[in-house]
Amino acid sequence: MTHTVTAPAPEAQRKKASDRAVAENKLGMKLVAPALVVMLLVTAFPMLQALWLSLSNYALTAPDDRSFVGLQNYVTALTDPLFWRTMAVTVGIMIVTVFFELIIGFVFALVMHRVIFARGIIRTSILIPYGIITVVSGFAWQFAFSGTNGFVNLWLPFVEGNFNWFGEQFPALFAICVSEIWKTTPFMSLLLLAGLAQVSEDMIEAAKVDGATWWQRLFRVILPNMRAAIMVAILFRALDAFRIFDNIFVMTAGAVGTESVSFLTYRQVIEQFQIGMGSALSVLLFLSVLVIAFLIVKLFRVDLAAARQEG
Amino acid sequence: MGNGSALRKAGIAVGALLILVWCLLPVAWIISLSFKSQESITNGSPGFFPADGGFAGWDNYVAAWENDQFRRAIFNSIGISLIATLLSVIVATLAAYAIARLEFKGKKLVLTTALAIAMFPVVSLVGPLFDLWRAIGLYDTWPGLIIPYMSFTLPLAIWTLSAFFREIPWEMEQAAQVDGATSWQAFRKVIVPLAAPGVFTAAILTFFFAWNDFVFGISLTSTEAARPIPASLSFFVGADPFNRPASLLAAGAVIATIPIIVIVLVFQRKIVAGLTSGAVKG
Repeated sequence: MTHTVTAPAPEAQRKKASDRAVAENKLGMKLVAPALVVMLLVTAFPMLQALWLSLSNYALTAPDDRSFVGLQNYVTALTDPLFWRTMAVTVGIMIVTVFFELIIGFVFALVMHRVIFARGIIRTSILIPYGIITVVSGFAWQFAFSGTNGFVNLWLPFVEGNFNWFGEQFPALFAICVSEIWKTTPFMSLLLLAGLAQVSEDMIEAAKVDGATWWQRLFRVILPNMRAAIMVAILFRALDAFRIFDNIFVMTAGAVGTESVSFLTYRQVIEQFQIGMGSALSVLLFLSVLVIAFLIVKLFRVDLAAARQEG
Repeated sequence: MGNGSALRKAGIAVGALLILVWCLLPVAWIISLSFKSQESITNGSPGFFPADGGFAGWDNYVAAWENDQFRRAIFNSIGISLIATLLSVIVATLAAYAIARLEFKGKKLVLTTALAIAMFPVVSLVGPLFDLWRAIGLYDTWPGLIIPYMSFTLPLAIWTLSAFFREIPWEMEQAAQVDGATSWQAFRKVIVPLAAPGVFTAAILTFFFAWNDFVFGISLTSTEAARPIPASLSFFVGADPFNRPASLLAAGAVIATIPIIVIVLVFQRKIVAGLTSGAVKG
């Protein structure tokens, strides 16, 4: 990866090498500058603005009443049971979806790793849920769960024909999770498939020769060797699931207690024009993502550098 | 051994079938729904397939296509996604080349920034961007969506591309020059063909992101001047999520999905390589 000259060299040559290093350094910075500017322009600057706006009482419905209120918006948000309910719903969705995606995604990865016939068809179809617009997935499942026009009630044996999935919190959350899991499991399974491909076949074969059962090979050889891939997949999917918005917007519009933190923030800003309060919620959402990322990295000791093959 | 391997083969076959059902059943469902007639939807027509007499033929597709707002949204989505993809890939290619090939200060900073932005909760930007875009006149315009799409696709594009660029045998460029090629020839004939698949993969993934985006699409637009397909679908008729013309929406959803299916069918191999190199290796 490194292309700088490191071999011991005479004085003149070393000077030349260091000139080259300086030029390379400059070129490198110039080449990454546009990317860095575009990335920060839309994130860092608005985030700083959100931080500032969150300290004021500012609503677009009454722009003249703007005033500095310090941390009042945060106190209001954090003492409101609504905030904690949306937080619980969001964390619940995150844990449930990532758990099922991990299990189902791993089974899919095992099958895709071993399957010989129809390999192309399977890998093509697994990309379809990944590519489909989340809004479309939300509609498809909303209509599927609908009592009047769907098929789920007819197909499930223990459910009444006219059961309304979107009338209560838990059934509605169930439907939302189904849409989310359906769409993102393929992505999870592809990440796990890549991890599976890095486990050495020799090692598995050796375990087999030593008389290890299939379960032993899975838990003692395969899983420990694809730890990094699993952890990266969990980290990415958990943060993604925590930001859930599209499915909730389409399927329930936040009704019957299905609001997520993202949805609450959106509603405050775009629908109710409460810029001050919305900004405070934006900052809290951002901090929650940081905390979750930190917890997952610490808890599971995810080595991102190793996963990116930086080291 | 023979018994175990037969069992395993059967298990894999069942698993493969399960994957196909998982991936294709909801797609088949939305297609089937799009052929149910409006009247049968209003009267209630439970079941996977259209009931007898409830079959609409192509009516819903014609109706969706004749809807001006929907046509306009398709046009917006295609234009915005393509421009965002093109710009994002150009900027990401420069950055990825530097990261893969050069030693410079701030390399870690770029990678860390990209990683942080990939995890950023987009909704938390909606408020400030809404405010900012209205102040500088970008609200409800194409650039108003292209810029955030670029910012959020750059991380994935940079990772995918730098993973690809690291694999390129750059010595071949010098070898070609030694053999008498000019630097331009060496670049065009040797490096471009090797780098093209990576650039292409990054472009597909970027396009998917832009095509799929919903949060920016509904928050930063207000009319059909810039509203993309996902936002347009969700606002198709009114905001009441419990009373929608399901089959018409389904037809619109199928139309919006066709470009994705075509891309998946044509570039399946590249997408898989890009996804896995971007997240696991790259």
